[in-house]
Formats: sequence, C-alpha cells, structure tokens
Amino acid sequence: MTDTLTPSRRGFLVGATALAGALVVPLRGAAAVAPGDGKGGLAANEFLSVGADGTVALALPKTEMGQGVLTSVTMLVAEELGVPVTAVRVSIPDAAPERFAPIDTGTGGSTTIREVWKPLRQAGANARAALVGAAARRWKVSPATLRVDNGAVVDPASGRRLPYAALVAAAAAAPLPTDAVPQPASAWKVIGKDTRRLDSADKIRGRAAFGIDVAVPGMKIATLAQSPVFGGKLAGHDAKAAKAVPGVTAVIATDDCLYVVADTMWNAKQGLAAAAPTWNEGANANADQSAVEAAIEAALAKPGVTAKTTGDLAAARAGAARTVEAVYHQPFLAHATMEPGNCTAHVTAAGAEIWAGSQVPADARKAAAAKLGLPVEKVTFHNFLMGGGFGRRLETDMVERTVELAAKLPYPVKLVWTREEDIQHDIVRPAYVDRISAALDKAGKPLAWEHRIAGSSVMARLMGDKFPGVDADAVDGALDPLYPAAARLVTFKQVESAMPTGWWRGVGGLRNTFVIESFADELAHAAGADPLTWRLAQITDPRARAVLQRAAQEAGWGKAIPKGEGLGLSVLHIWDTYIAAVAHARVDGQGQIAVPLVTIAVDCGPAVNPLGVKAQIEGGVIFALSAALFGGVTLSKGRIAQSNYNDVRPLRMNEAPRVVVHVMPTDNAPGGMGEPPAAVIAPAVANAIFAATGKRLRRIPLQEAITQA
Amino acid sequence: MPVTLTIDGQQRTLAVTDDTPLLWALRDVAGVTAVKFGCGAGLCGACSVLVDGERLFSCQTPVSSVAGKQVTTVEGLTRQPLGQALAAAWEELDVVQCGYCQPGQIVAAAALLKANPKPDDTAIDEGMSGNICRCGTYNRIRAAIHRAADTARA
Repeated sequence: MTDTLTPSRRGFLVGATALAGALVVPLRGAAAVAPGDGKGGLAANEFLSVGADGTVALALPKTEMGQGVLTSVTMLVAEELGVPVTAVRVSIPDAAPERFAPIDTGTGGSTTIREVWKPLRQAGANARAALVGAAARRWKVSPATLRVDNGAVVDPASGRRLPYAALVAAAAAAPLPTDAVPQPASAWKVIGKDTRRLDSADKIRGRAAFGIDVAVPGMKIATLAQSPVFGGKLAGHDAKAAKAVPGVTAVIATDDCLYVVADTMWNAKQGLAAAAPTWNEGANANADQSAVEAAIEAALAKPGVTAKTTGDLAAARAGAARTVEAVYHQPFLAHATMEPGNCTAHVTAAGAEIWAGSQVPADARKAAAAKLGLPVEKVTFHNFLMGGGFGRRLETDMVERTVELAAKLPYPVKLVWTREEDIQHDIVRPAYVDRISAALDKAGKPLAWEHRIAGSSVMARLMGDKFPGVDADAVDGALDPLYPAAARLVTFKQVESAMPTGWWRGVGGLRNTFVIESFADELAHAAGADPLTWRLAQITDPRARAVLQRAAQEAGWGKAIPKGEGLGLSVLHIWDTYIAAVAHARVDGQGQIAVPLVTIAVDCGPAVNPLGVKAQIEGGVIFALSAALFGGVTLSKGRIAQSNYNDVRPLRMNEAPRVVVHVMPTDNAPGGMGEPPAAVIAPAVANAIFAATGKRLRRIPLQEAITQA
Repeated sequence: MPVTLTIDGQQRTLAVTDDTPLLWALRDVAGVTAVKFGCGAGLCGACSVLVDGERLFSCQTPVSSVAGKQVTTVEGLTRQPLGQALAAAWEELDVVQCGYCQPGQIVAAAALLKANPKPDDTAIDEGMSGNICRCGTYNRIRAAIHRAADTARA
C-alpha cells in the first residue's frame, strides 16, 4: 500500500507488514480471516484496520476524483468506530480488486455510497463489536452495557474507559464478529452532519499528488501524437529533426502513434513539432458531423430494438384527444478534465510499475498487463487522486499508450497529453437523437408514450458479442418515467460513426432527462396547463412530488418575472435519488442566454455528508450547464474540430449561476449524488428559455440553438 | 542557458533552454508541482503564479523573462498572511472538489485582493474569470474570497 494522498504523509500509513497486532476487518464478514492465520488472507482482505496503537486505518475502496468519497466513505467508518473523521488514516490503495470484493473499486454511475453503505458499515460495526467484546471480557460485564467514544470503549455504569490501543490485541485474538448491528440512525453522530473534506488542506497548498505530479527517479517525460483522424496510421516523421532538439532522448514510432521522450515536457513538445508526423488518414478521412447526425436521424424513422413495451399503443392512441411529437438532438461531449491525460510507467524484465489516476484501477492494471503480455500479478498499479474524472478516467487508453511506450524504454517515463491531444483524442459522450411522442386525453394525461432513441452505444463497445441490441445506459431513466401512461414503447437503435464514445457525467440519466423533462413541458403547454400543475397532476411518486414542490416553492414558482426572463422546471428520479431543479434564465436582445440562479431540492435518502451533497449539486449543475449552453465537439474530416478551452468552453465564474440547494434527508436507501445534479439542469434551462421567449429549444448546445430558432 | 530566479523565497538556478515556459521549468526542472498544467495556452489559469506580485500564466511566460525575479506559487503564498487567510477561507467553506485548479484559483484570488482588498461580487467574478474550474466550485470560491477579504483586513 502506498499513500498517494500527499507525499508529506508517506510512511504515515499502515502497510500490510505493519499490521502485526492489529485488528483487521475483511469486507466479507463470513470469511473473517484472523491476522496470521496462515491462509494468506491478511494482505488480500485487509482494508479496514485498527492498529496496535489504536489508529483506525482505511484503504479507500473507491476512487477520488473530486466527488468527495474519500470523506464520505471515511465518515461511515468513523461513525461505526466512534472516532473523529479526521482521526482515520485514509490511503489510496494500489489496484487489488480481490481485497475489496464484493465492492467494485471502479467508480462511476453514482455508485459509491450506494455500494459501500451496507458492507462498510457492517465491517465497521464488526470491528466495534470486537473491541467492545474485548473490553467486556476484561471488565466481566455484558457488551450490551458498553459503548464507544472517541477511540475508546467506555462503561457508563462505572465510568471505566479503555482506549482501543489497550484492546486491539485481545480483540484480534478472538473470532471477529460478523453480524454486529450498525449504528441506527437515531445514534448517528457523523452521518448526516456537514463534514469538511479531508483532502482540502493538501490540495489548497499544492501538496496533494495527482497522477501528473508523479516523479520517479530516473524518469523521462514524453508527449505523443496520435492520428488526428480516427483510425489513421503514422505515415512518416523526421526522427533526426526531433533528436536535434535539446533534451530529446528518444523518438518512438508505432503503427498509429508517435512519442517523443525528453527531459522536460517542453522539450518533448518541441521535439514532436520538429518530428512533424504525417498520417495515412484511412477510411475516416472524410467523416463529417452532418453525415453522422443524418444517419442517427434516419435510424429513427422506425422503432429500434424494444427496450420496454407495455399496453396497446395503437389502442391508446385511438382514444386520444391530441398527439404531441418532438425530436431532440444532443451532441458529442468532451470531458476536458482539468488534469490532462497522463500516466507514468516503468517496464522491466521483472514486470511493470504504473502510477496514474484511474476511476478503474483494477481494469487499468489488467489492460496494462494485456498490452504487455504479462500476468496481472506482474503489474503494480499505484492509483492517485484525479484532477477530474467525469467518466474519462473510466477508460484505460492512457495507461495502454504509456506502457506501449515504456516497454521500449530502459527507464521510467511519464507520458503527458497536451490539452489539444486530450480533447482531440477524448472518448466522447455519444451524440443522440430522440423522437418522442405522446397521445393525451382531454385532460392532458398521457395515454400512449413512444420514445425512440438512437446513437452510439457505449455498452455495445464494452459488451462485444453479448450486446443485446438495447443499450441499458442509453435508456436508463426512459423506461419508467415519472409520468404514467397506459401504453408505452421505448426503443434503441445503435448508430456508430468514426467518433469513439464513452461515459460522461450524468450518463443515461443526462440524455434522457433532457428529452423527457423538455417534453413534459411541451405536454403541459399542449394541455394548456402550468408546467408545475401539469407535472403534479401526473406524478404519483410521493418523493418526486416532494422535491418538485419544494424546489418550486423555494424558487417562488408563479411569481412575476421581468420580460425576457423565465423559470423552468425539471425533476428526476434515478440511482435512488430524487432531484428537482428550477432554473431562472434570461435571454437578451441579442439572444445571449444567461442563467443567474438555479434552485435545487434533493432527496438522496440519508445524505451522508450534506455539505458534500451540496458541493456535488453546485458543481454538477455548473458542469452540465456548460455543456447545455456551449457544449458539443464535432467531427470534421474524421477528426475532432475542437482543441482547447476556447472552443470546449466551460462556464467561467462570471457566467456561472448561483446554485441554491435544499437537502431533504429521508430514511430511504442512500442514492447516488455524482450524476443526478448534472442530469437535471439542461431541461430546466430549456424550459426557462421557453418561458422567457416562447422559443422551444430541442437541440443542445442551447446557445447555438437559440440563434437558429 | 541556466536561469536564476527566486521560487517561493528560495534562489534557484535552473538549467533550461531560454524559451522554456516557466510552467515546465517549475514542474519538470525545479520539481515544483504546486503549479498545474491545464491548457498550455493561457486559457484556464491552472498554472497561475505571482511574479513580483503580479499574476501571470506560467505556461505563457518564458523562464528567461523572469530571471532574477520573485516567483511565488501557491506553496509560498499560503505561508504568507494573505495566502493563509485564503487557505483558511478555502478550508472553512469547503471549496475544493478535485482540487486541480485550486492552486491557480488561490493565486488569482491573491492577486485580486492585492489590487482590490474589498471586492464586490462583480469584481470577484471579473477578477477570477481567467480561471476555469471544471468541477464548478465557483459559488464557494466567491464566498471564500469574501471571507478572506474580511479576515485579511481584520
């Protein structure tokens, strides 16, 4: 285990060999392995331990990319073990999937709290029971009469107190309880309390180590050029000119990539420029955005592969008073994480050592092993904090590129993507076109609902031959919308292009919410109803109604709004979270859209860290609003036409809305919080623009769409 | 040509080519990774440093142009009173998410407060508009600058 949180804390953390005398808690309670039992399970299973000195140590079973799980996951452990959150030593572990089973260390899809909620609290409760049990035996009292407090077991009846350090050896010598009861909500002292991030101090002072900050003795720095046209091959380059650049130590050409290695990134870049690679552009040389979109639109002429069908669509339509139909377009989206692509690797005869920030460290390790033709055990993958993930670091291409290069070098190498290379070789969110129609009765209630979705399928790429024809992500949130209908048909049609596609924060919920919540507004207006009134007349789910009503009330829904301004609603239930948004938008005489205020109400169950939930919402709204207003990368002559933050344009502070968040904790199962805030914003803004201008925008980016409306 | 400059109070002589941007001289030669690479084009502000008190994008500043000057990164800044006030405000208001842009944000905030010790929202928005945060922490950055302005003056 290495501590990659900050270099200054190296050596501070408990390594497997330092665990002698410690209480070690495996995730799978039934398979409890006592330290030193000879089964070799100690290092493999250890993730939560109480050291001989009483210190609670946690190897983070998920990855930290800014979403705050390093803090919220630690809170769960601190709650069960009765220690301050700041007293837990947290480390970012090397890739070792078996150690964390059944938790998948891969981090995406708003899964962290949902996935660790039960097993981690159970493990913490087991550890607490072991310590309490040791004290009870010592004092010859019933464990039920004891409690834990600030790193000690206390006996309220006598006032006796034993710190964990005095109990660990006895606790570790006894069988570890497997079915201790986690703290009930009524006893929570940590969960549900605003808790500041544990990684702030180091990040603020520039001490936190991201993957790009890695320095390995003897390391060189490299940069790369991949074929600008997707699928192209390297045709030629001037290695001599590159090597003439001071500092350049190697020029490595592969089939489809040119790497230049130097002493500094600057010299590597100069070397790459001097090498002036040329490319055989191949079959995609003329691939163009308009053709991509035309192909997706054409796929919607008839239903695709059925994702969901209920009722009799034709019969329901026959009884309708009116039918509403609309087509929505959503673009390819770049991730543009602040930390550009990078990875460091050292490949030797003995194996490979890799340093990088990954949302999927276990997959990255496997991908590196496969690329190198090594057994996975020969590859060590040190994971790091990430300067943004948003789904980009669910891909392993950067690790594969780096080991491809490192295998050809006798020294460690850090490969760094320029921003241009990062954007032009992003694995982008798919572009989609949706055709959606609803047949309404006289009162405006949907009777029939048909939703055809077409676009690239990320699932198809990942599943290969096992892909069933329906992309489960692309239809996520479309199968059971909050709006009941007697008959419903949802279909998906896969349409690929030259553009490589992958996950993007908000995933299926993002794309479906833009369509469904924009369309709900259209239905309300078709029915002559206020958008809030119409929604409340259709939505039966009480949690959805509660967040919608709260957001509307807090935003002053129905209040007088100046001309050229409007309020728009959106509500979403996905990943066990309910979230509603009211966007306040303004459109000036030149058609410039501004969104000064967004009001959010959320019910994500217990809200482990409300301060973190608010951060995810403030940030997720702004992240996705950037895409809603200005987003979209386009394919031009087989390549991505955009290249830096001038044309992939995140909102800046002067353009960002105030985001006001109302957290409504409930005792339901915890819901995901990384993605719902991103998913809810675009339709709220589009609906607000309609309220402001009467223009219905059905295409993202909205700023471009309004000038064409 | 070696270039001599002062980095966070320490005089350093760096063996680099003259046209090397300060960013890469700091990161790859001096080993100062508190300065972040974001865009390489002066668009995102992640690489911000103070040079003789003025905020510069280190990716756009040839190292030779700062020879003999005082370069302050967030590491040095947060050891000074204004930087300490900013760091404290950043922590108290739990500003950070991924944190990658925050060294640049804090350097930009310091330059802003040096020029305007009591900025209003508009002045903050304008002064900070050269810095991108992909996580969208702008609401809390704005609040933290207000707080730091209050504590730095108190």
